[in-house]
Amino acid sequence: MSATAVHSLWTTAAEPITKIDSPQIEYSLIAPTLIVIGAAILGILVEAFVPRVARYYVQVFLSVVALVAAFAAVVALAAGGHGTTESGIVAMGALAVDGPALFLQGTILLSGLVAIFTFAERRLDPEAHGNRVDSFAAQAASVPGSESEQAAVRAGFTTTEVFPLALFAIGGMLVFPSANDLLTLFIALEVFSLPLYLMCALARRKRLMSQEAAVKYFLLGAFSSAFLLFGIALLYGYAGTVSYAGIADVVDGTVQNVNPALAGTMGNDALLLVGAALILMGLLFKVGAVPFHMWTPDVYQGAPTPVTGFMAAATKVAAFGALLRLLYVVLPGLRWDWRPVMWGVAIATMLLGAIVAITQTDIKRLLAYSSIAHAGFILAGVIATTPDGISSVLFYLGAYSFVTIGAFAVVTLVRDAGGEATHLSKWAGLGRRSPLVAAVFAVFLLAFAGIPLTSGFAGKFAVFKAAAEGGAGALVVVGVISSAIAAFFYIRVIVLMFFSEPKPEGPTVAVPSPLTMTAIGVGVAVTLVLGVAPQYFLDLANQASVFVR
Amino acid sequence: MSFPLLTLTAAVPALGAIATAAVPAAKRTAAKWLALFFSLVTLALAVVVGIRFNTGSGADRYQLTESHSWIADFGVRYELGVDGIGVALIGLTALLIPFIIVAGWHDADPQETGNTRWRPTQGFFALILMVEAMVILSFEATDVFLFYILFEAMLIPMYFLIGGFGDRAHAGSDENAAAQRSYAAVKFLLYNLVGGLIMLAAVIGLYVVAGTFSLSEIAEMRAAGELEMATNTERLLFLGFFFAFAVKAPLWPLHTWLPNAMGEATAPVAVLITAVVDKVGTFAMLRYCLQLFPNASEWATPVVLVLALISIVYGALLAVGQRDIKRLVAYASISHFGFIIMGIFAMTSQGQSGATLYMVNHGISTAALMLVAGFLISRRGSRLIADYGGVQKVAPVLAGTFLIGSLATLSLPGLAPFVSEFLVLVGTFARYPVIGIIATFGIVLGALYSLVLYQRTMTGPVKLEVAKMPDLKLRELLVVGPLIVLLVFLGVYPKPVTELVDPAVKHTLSDVKQHDPEPEVAAK
Repeated sequence: MSATAVHSLWTTAAEPITKIDSPQIEYSLIAPTLIVIGAAILGILVEAFVPRVARYYVQVFLSVVALVAAFAAVVALAAGGHGTTESGIVAMGALAVDGPALFLQGTILLSGLVAIFTFAERRLDPEAHGNRVDSFAAQAASVPGSESEQAAVRAGFTTTEVFPLALFAIGGMLVFPSANDLLTLFIALEVFSLPLYLMCALARRKRLMSQEAAVKYFLLGAFSSAFLLFGIALLYGYAGTVSYAGIADVVDGTVQNVNPALAGTMGNDALLLVGAALILMGLLFKVGAVPFHMWTPDVYQGAPTPVTGFMAAATKVAAFGALLRLLYVVLPGLRWDWRPVMWGVAIATMLLGAIVAITQTDIKRLLAYSSIAHAGFILAGVIATTPDGISSVLFYLGAYSFVTIGAFAVVTLVRDAGGEATHLSKWAGLGRRSPLVAAVFAVFLLAFAGIPLTSGFAGKFAVFKAAAEGGAGALVVVGVISSAIAAFFYIRVIVLMFFSEPKPEGPTVAVPSPLTMTAIGVGVAVTLVLGVAPQYFLDLANQASVFVR
Repeated sequence: MSFPLLTLTAAVPALGAIATAAVPAAKRTAAKWLALFFSLVTLALAVVVGIRFNTGSGADRYQLTESHSWIADFGVRYELGVDGIGVALIGLTALLIPFIIVAGWHDADPQETGNTRWRPTQGFFALILMVEAMVILSFEATDVFLFYILFEAMLIPMYFLIGGFGDRAHAGSDENAAAQRSYAAVKFLLYNLVGGLIMLAAVIGLYVVAGTFSLSEIAEMRAAGELEMATNTERLLFLGFFFAFAVKAPLWPLHTWLPNAMGEATAPVAVLITAVVDKVGTFAMLRYCLQLFPNASEWATPVVLVLALISIVYGALLAVGQRDIKRLVAYASISHFGFIIMGIFAMTSQGQSGATLYMVNHGISTAALMLVAGFLISRRGSRLIADYGGVQKVAPVLAGTFLIGSLATLSLPGLAPFVSEFLVLVGTFARYPVIGIIATFGIVLGALYSLVLYQRTMTGPVKLEVAKMPDLKLRELLVVGPLIVLLVFLGVYPKPVTELVDPAVKHTLSDVKQHDPEPEVAAK
């Protein structure tokens, strides 16, 4: 400090303000997110300005183009080495562009694209007053059963808002696993959660159930967001920063300059432990891990089935991505503290998901509990804390998301007079009436059960191997036991479909448009390819398994 | 690169399965002939494998090997190779499948007409070929992971065969029959799946310890002393593998799925289960348990032998008490699997040669007995022994073949199973005389259940419902005749199989560092 600058003891001369530095944003590196969010905003404008007749087509076109373009951008970034050697922190430290982020973004975009196909399906529901309708309410704002609802149905309204909503959700999910500070993490969480709450409430049939599901999801989701936010506050108090690398430095004890204002709380282990626990709770809620799983069955059952498939696949991918980054980048120094806790969570999740699923009688609830059990299997890979652990989780998420979307797409096909026939008893004898649909669903169930030659087996093997190598052999044993329990209820559905006599008043299988067929076809193809020849994708996951700090 | 003969042997039935499944609904008969054609081509290929296999003393342990990278990330290679035991069992599988197909010619004809989407016939034969492909490949695999995948995956087509195509000759109502059938199928699948999943944990554990799945690499590491396995680790891994194989084999007390599955399945599928698929379990004990975990195998031998002994006696006792023909054969098989496992774990060359020969002979003799029993049951529409009587007066050829099948089951000298049972007992007696003596009672009980079965069904006064029973038709004779010829041939001249098997058994014994005990007379 030069002597001339000192006027007194407590004032210094300010440098004349010439310019404020604009934040430096590497637009090309965050292009995937920007494309999707931009398309979502465009989608809102479409709602406002495009005539009702054309909206559906414009929205579907816009969504598909945006997702394909975003995926192309991800591929271009990965091809440019941004997943490996060129990975780095962008947007003033807010986002990380690295292997795991790009891999998960690619997975989210592809599963989002397939999900958009199922959203756009308009041939399954019978035509209402001569208009083709999709799975979503004619007018979400009208009270179920009211005069205005009937009027909306008569007028042939459809909720095309669901497409921009889905794009916003996907945008948030893209940011979530690449968030590199806690505030970005929180904002991303809200950006993808709020549209999801809404989408859950949009079912065309069983609207009250759908709205109930949305309210439950919203209330519990808001609760978990609050936990997450409180945890962020505590961690800020602990580290004096919200950036991942900064917190990790404080945890490791390598930080040099201590901000005097924070010296009182900084390095206080109580803040660290409680804060980390609260943040983990928020993330485990999104993952659907026990004991934060209570919302899953109700929401999965009530939400429109295409949305359920989308949620079950993409949300899980995004949330596990964020969880991985948090545990591997921010809290590796704390792993002797969080590993025992996560052990407990993983064991409880695997066992409870598998055991409770046995008693389910509704196919959507059954798949919900199965998704809880699968969250437990993925957690086993997370706990490994090795590069293999990361790559196995990445691979599992990719494999699982396509099976899930495919399975829920098949659920939309089996219908009776009341819409989708989700009660298991109605699926009896489906194999006789529609062998192809039943066979496809059986493939998905076998993949969920982890039978060899399906992607489910390759994924399960990868996470269990990583866990065993990471010293979690006991977890592997619990894993195979709960796999055996889980196999029981998957097999039960197959028995029902193939070995039970069809009932005369049973459901019919609707013939879908090429959109749903594509979704199911992609699901089957990915399931078999990842099961028989997973090497290429394992390589991809391996290359992508290093986090940038 | 050499010609991929082993891959082809498995690929032909797999292709056959796809081709059969693709036949249109109306062309049922074409599907059957197509399936038969593919199974015969497979048999021809199996014969070629047998011819190309070198049984000379200096020959490699695994021959006709193939090796390709598959899932490098898991350390998994697509590695095939056969030893004499593998060749013998591939031969057995390829031999039995055409008979199973011909025997089951009408088993899957659709009962309801008009539903053009439901194609049970095509499905039935495609599934049989699918099982054949997976079983053959599992005998060829020399990579633990590849074997595990096949071991698990073959459950799925088997499951559909048991649950989807049950025995029509059922005592109860149709609905009751369907419920029992699906119960049997689920029980089969869950038992085997649980066994397989426990094995999965052990497979992963093996990888963590050894870093590879290749049998040859593991053998090299062991020879060079680089494979360090703590005693407890080895024992746990052994138990994981053994549990899965003991379920599949099946060994008491894990056997309870077999009578259900064999009782409810059609006779050809029952043969497929016990004569073909279950052999994978005993084969795997010999190849994987003994070779990968020699010390733990030695450690477990007393317990395994006792369990095998219980299987022998308990299976035979329950067979005596059965009222259902097919369940009787199932319990008899449990008794025979006890002999096979006893022979393997006796750790003598006679015991293990005998056990391998036993696998082949048991396959042929059970196929003969069970398929004739199936023909009998389809005529009367009942599985209960009490519903029969005096059949030999009405249908002498059927009764005669049934008698030969029964005599083979009780190991009559002159028929193939005698040789193998004798070898197993001699091999066991040489090291464990007490166990060998007790096991001999199994033979006595075997005579009891076989002859009582024959006596109650075939002799005595002719029952009214049986009076018009037609004798065996040409198709049925074509199934039974060759099997009986084989039983007699191998009973008189077992050398082709023993020559094939002996070098492999010597290798296995040297893996577990066991030598045949010196005969006491020679020791003087």
